[in-house]
Amino acid sequence: MTRYILTRLSSLLISLVIASIVIFGLIEIIPGDPAAFMLGINAQEDTIDALRAELGLDASPIARYFAWVSGMVTGDFGTSYTYRTPVTEMIAERLWISLPLALIALALSTLIAFPVGILAASKRGSITDTVIMGFTQLGVAIPNFWFAMLMVLVFAINLRWFSAGGFPGWDDGLFAGLKALTLPAISLALPQASILARVMRSALIDTLDEDFMRTARAKGLTQRQAIRRHALRNAMIPVLTIIGLQFSFLLAGAIIIENVFFLPGLGRLIFQAISQRDLIVVESVVMLLVFAVIVVNFAVDIAYALVDPRLRRKA
Amino acid sequence: MKTYQNIVLGALLSGIFMVAAIVSFVWIPYDIESLNIAERMRPPTMVHPLGTDHFGRDILSMVMVGARTSIAVALVAVGIGMGLGVPLGLAAAAQKGSLLDEIIGRGNDLVFAFPSLLIAILITATFGPSALNAIIAIGIFNVPVFARLTRGSALSLWKREFIMAAQVSGKNTVRISVEHILPNLSNLLIVQGTIQFSLAILAEAALSYVGLGAQPPTPSWGRMLADSQTMISLAPHLALAPGLAIVFTVLGLNLLGDGLRDVFDPRLRRERT
Repeated sequence: MTRYILTRLSSLLISLVIASIVIFGLIEIIPGDPAAFMLGINAQEDTIDALRAELGLDASPIARYFAWVSGMVTGDFGTSYTYRTPVTEMIAERLWISLPLALIALALSTLIAFPVGILAASKRGSITDTVIMGFTQLGVAIPNFWFAMLMVLVFAINLRWFSAGGFPGWDDGLFAGLKALTLPAISLALPQASILARVMRSALIDTLDEDFMRTARAKGLTQRQAIRRHALRNAMIPVLTIIGLQFSFLLAGAIIIENVFFLPGLGRLIFQAISQRDLIVVESVVMLLVFAVIVVNFAVDIAYALVDPRLRRKA
Repeated sequence: MKTYQNIVLGALLSGIFMVAAIVSFVWIPYDIESLNIAERMRPPTMVHPLGTDHFGRDILSMVMVGARTSIAVALVAVGIGMGLGVPLGLAAAAQKGSLLDEIIGRGNDLVFAFPSLLIAILITATFGPSALNAIIAIGIFNVPVFARLTRGSALSLWKREFIMAAQVSGKNTVRISVEHILPNLSNLLIVQGTIQFSLAILAEAALSYVGLGAQPPTPSWGRMLADSQTMISLAPHLALAPGLAIVFTVLGLNLLGDGLRDVFDPRLRRERT
């Protein structure tokens, strides 16, 4: 097991290094000098040079790359060009919206998909199965931002149960915050729940035909008991893979959904920073999100090995 | 039976919009470049079957021209993914275990590890928002999908007798890959291509919704949805037409892909019915 974790850990590190180089490289290509952009068109040449020196932009790209990476390792993401505040603070503030949003959506998606997928698989071929599969086909095809707009129309504008957007802040109480995140989380979760339910169903159907299931039934377990004790555990590998992948979809999807609901999360921060040429914010937020995704995928790999001991030996 | 239903329904749903896109090159009900403020935000009528938008443009005409943008971007992006991914996959399978195989495998893992939409946003932000950059951004993430699929399936083909026969008859690796492996993968690639096409339509819609896709005045479905958002309480029909266009096209392509897979691979049919 230790050996397995170590191999996975080394590939995690390599992925992180390459990811950081790619992100830094892309940002380097962006035309326009942030210092000139900040000072406007009437700025004097020497003022721009002074600001460049102050921001550390006069150093070579390689020196700046290492400064950026070593800063991030110690939790220092640099200073925003536009707001002159530490990027770490800006990110921390926004993370309290984006992270709960993605986690609630993930929880919703799992809570919906598991029972629905299990139901469809155990009633394979029935009307229930056909109806469920029809709905999931539709769920996969609906763009989440459009679904979000429709929900705003129904639940915010017509029924007035929720506000159409914005975030009151967690200081107004947990309930107010959760209420503001409800519609965004549902619209994020719907397509993911549809995908997950389909994966759950087909993974479960694969195991239902296995010999051990027949043995379990022969020993006197009911279908329900056999599914819970034997089939589900074996169906978990593909399901876990998809849950891991979904986390990255949810993070990226949150960027779009935050725009629909005007939530001041990481997604809004990226778009603002891009339009203001606040490149240090852009690269730090993107790197943070990529880091989160890579670490989650690593955790999923470790979870496999815990669920399925056969995988430990393969590595 | 159900399989063919899926194919027919899927082909019909997605076909409508393909045809609309093609027809839009020669004919649209109304000119969409001239504004007609007096006629703005009209609900659907006999004159304008889908109503008019905030500039008084006919929404049916907008959806038709938008179909062109969405389908063209998605099609070229999947084409890039296939065009690069399939040769990479074939090469990796032909030289299994070599350094090349290892590099291609690692590269695939890396691209997969990135949240695709996030990097697409970064790419379009770097090189400026345009349909071309949206194509590149979506295309890059299609490369590993096709590379992995091709490699995995090609590996099992390389063990078959007819490939050995080709080797004995003196054909080199490249010729075997192109003449014997590739034709045997075509069904699989068509199915995956259909699914990726539908995903690309969704990705294009998301990018143009946040303003990183095709730029105005070129209409696109995502852009139309973004424009309709602020007016959704006054004129909900503005958001309905482009949204349904996306849903029908994607749903149609998915049904088509599922149906084709069942036809090409009867072994899978048992599990799905």
